[in-house]
Amino acid sequence: MIEPSVYVHGLEWTTKELFTYPNEFITWSIQIVMYPYMTGLVAGAFVLSSLYHVFGQKDLKDLARFSLVFSLALLPVAAMPLLLHLQQPLRAMHPLFTPHFTSAISAFGIVFSTYGLIVLSEIWFVYRKHFVDQVHELKGIKGSKLKRMIFIILTMGAMDISEAALAKDKKAVTIMAAIGIPVACFLHGYAGFIFGSVKANALWMSPLMPVIFIMSAVVSGIALCMLTYILIMEFKKIKAAIARGMGDTSVQAIKGIEMEVITKATRYLIIFLVAAISLEILDLIFRGYTAMKSWDILRSVMYGKDFVDIFMLQYGIGNLLPFIMLLWPKRTLRRVAIATTLILFGVFMMRWNVVIGGQAFSLSFAGFMHYHMPIIPHNWETFKEGLGGVILVIISPYALFWVINKFTPSLGTVEEKI
Amino acid sequence: MKCSRRNFLKKSLSGAVAAGLPLAAFKFLSPREAHAAVKEANLRWAFIVDTRKCVGCGLCVKACKKENEIPYDVPLTRTWIERYIVTKDGKTTIDTPKGGRDGFTSKKVRGEEIPDDQITKAFFVPKLCNQCDNPACVQVCPVGATYQTADGVTLVDRKWCIGCGYCIMACPYGARFFHPVYRVAEKCTFCYHRIKKGMKTACVDACPFGARQIGNIKDINDPVAHTILTERVAVLKDEYGTKPQVFYLGLDERVR
Repeated sequence: MIEPSVYVHGLEWTTKELFTYPNEFITWSIQIVMYPYMTGLVAGAFVLSSLYHVFGQKDLKDLARFSLVFSLALLPVAAMPLLLHLQQPLRAMHPLFTPHFTSAISAFGIVFSTYGLIVLSEIWFVYRKHFVDQVHELKGIKGSKLKRMIFIILTMGAMDISEAALAKDKKAVTIMAAIGIPVACFLHGYAGFIFGSVKANALWMSPLMPVIFIMSAVVSGIALCMLTYILIMEFKKIKAAIARGMGDTSVQAIKGIEMEVITKATRYLIIFLVAAISLEILDLIFRGYTAMKSWDILRSVMYGKDFVDIFMLQYGIGNLLPFIMLLWPKRTLRRVAIATTLILFGVFMMRWNVVIGGQAFSLSFAGFMHYHMPIIPHNWETFKEGLGGVILVIISPYALFWVINKFTPSLGTVEEKI
Repeated sequence: MKCSRRNFLKKSLSGAVAAGLPLAAFKFLSPREAHAAVKEANLRWAFIVDTRKCVGCGLCVKACKKENEIPYDVPLTRTWIERYIVTKDGKTTIDTPKGGRDGFTSKKVRGEEIPDDQITKAFFVPKLCNQCDNPACVQVCPVGATYQTADGVTLVDRKWCIGCGYCIMACPYGARFFHPVYRVAEKCTFCYHRIKKGMKTACVDACPFGARQIGNIKDINDPVAHTILTERVAVLKDEYGTKPQVFYLGLDERVR
């Protein structure tokens, strides 16, 4: 009998087949799938906003503001899966206190906080004028004392909104966005390095891993921003239609702007999607062609056990189908919304197939392990490393965005234009 | 002189260079090098497993579990025994029920019995942490909670391990796991608490056939070192560059 105080990590969701070492379990479970997925969304959202700020892609202006603020909302959530995964969550700060620099994970805190600072300062420069305006606007209005107080703090005393000062702000935004691109890529490429550098794991070990991760990160980031943007704009459209009737000019105006933004963003999405798929296919072909010792077991996992996950769900439904949907003529918003949803699913499946697929075979190459994600939790462990934890991680950025957006409105530009 | 930004940066830079130059004149020693230069430079623990002597009784696994307080009935163990059965069709069947703790008393492998006349060879392979010279687990620990001692044993600091599992993923031998009670990374320590006092490890003491031996590879008069130097020994998975220090006698190429 196993005593109740004794907890074997992984026992509840791992089944073994043929020969595996006794200590082998699915140690890195669903939260480690969520970690690169969320980091990817952060990095992708930021790169999208930088396309406007650095490369002057004016057509992305509307989306740029939104994706910048949204990437801030996503940022704390990118660290959440790690916290939920740790067996000793109270020691989560140790990598910052005593970093052991030969480990890829030790850099996480440093890269993550550098990136956080860049995003925060860029947002501050973008919204400084808004903060100052709010401070003046809310003066003397009853009931908004606290709100005004927050805005005063947010200005950090920089109340100058002269032309010259604003020009400086703009310059600072460009610089921040420019520094931010390599840092965002590093943040995510480094997540790929964590996997790619594990020499014990035949599936993970590849120098292409960081690059593949960056490309798919940008894909997922752009897709999420597009999807969220469409949803929010649709919501606005419905609100306008209810208030002023379907045929109202404001409804048509929202629709026109929305389509324009989405068309431009789709172009970038397709470019990165092609790059991501090419690299993944290259990796696959190379493994098959070189046929190292591990290829036998990898082949039986890829073409056998995980065939549906990899070729049907990831490449088929997650990549190829949305690719065709986006390229098909007479693009509609609904089609784009479905395609971006599928792409998000495809990138998630890619993370799944890397993390879980990498543990689907024994290190002995003589057996297999299967992961059964806990759906209904019966203790804290099966909650945080099960469906419950996933849902928590997925809804958190939206809750955060709702709060952050109260102070840095990133969706108001359309109404201003009307 | 005016303290302008340009001046400040200039001075700081030249100051840093001036301070850095004399420092560069010193040779930086890693803690291990420094330690080796002072004492215990001629001690490095190594292990020999003679697979030809192992009968798969499981006494070593039992002894290890008790000595190192790994709950007896959990499917985790610091050391284990694998059974290899090679049949006439060239297939290899491997199993390790309960890590071989209760011995291999049944001919059944995962519920199926292989007929005796089909078997061409069969043998047992005890496994434990290889106490690598270049341990992948130590390299990937983000907080330095797992470390290598001067005499070559890799240990885990239970008070500092954050439980990320990176070392478990990095070990090619599957030697590591989460301790079911302490919830931190756990592994074979060569019974460091015993060998430090001049005793043998629990598994070595428990083995009735002398299939396991521990000794100092740097001492030429040590029987273990002597065997490693004079016999034909092999290590597990040397392609990973981990430089394992558990040496096997009579290792079959089918052993994973």
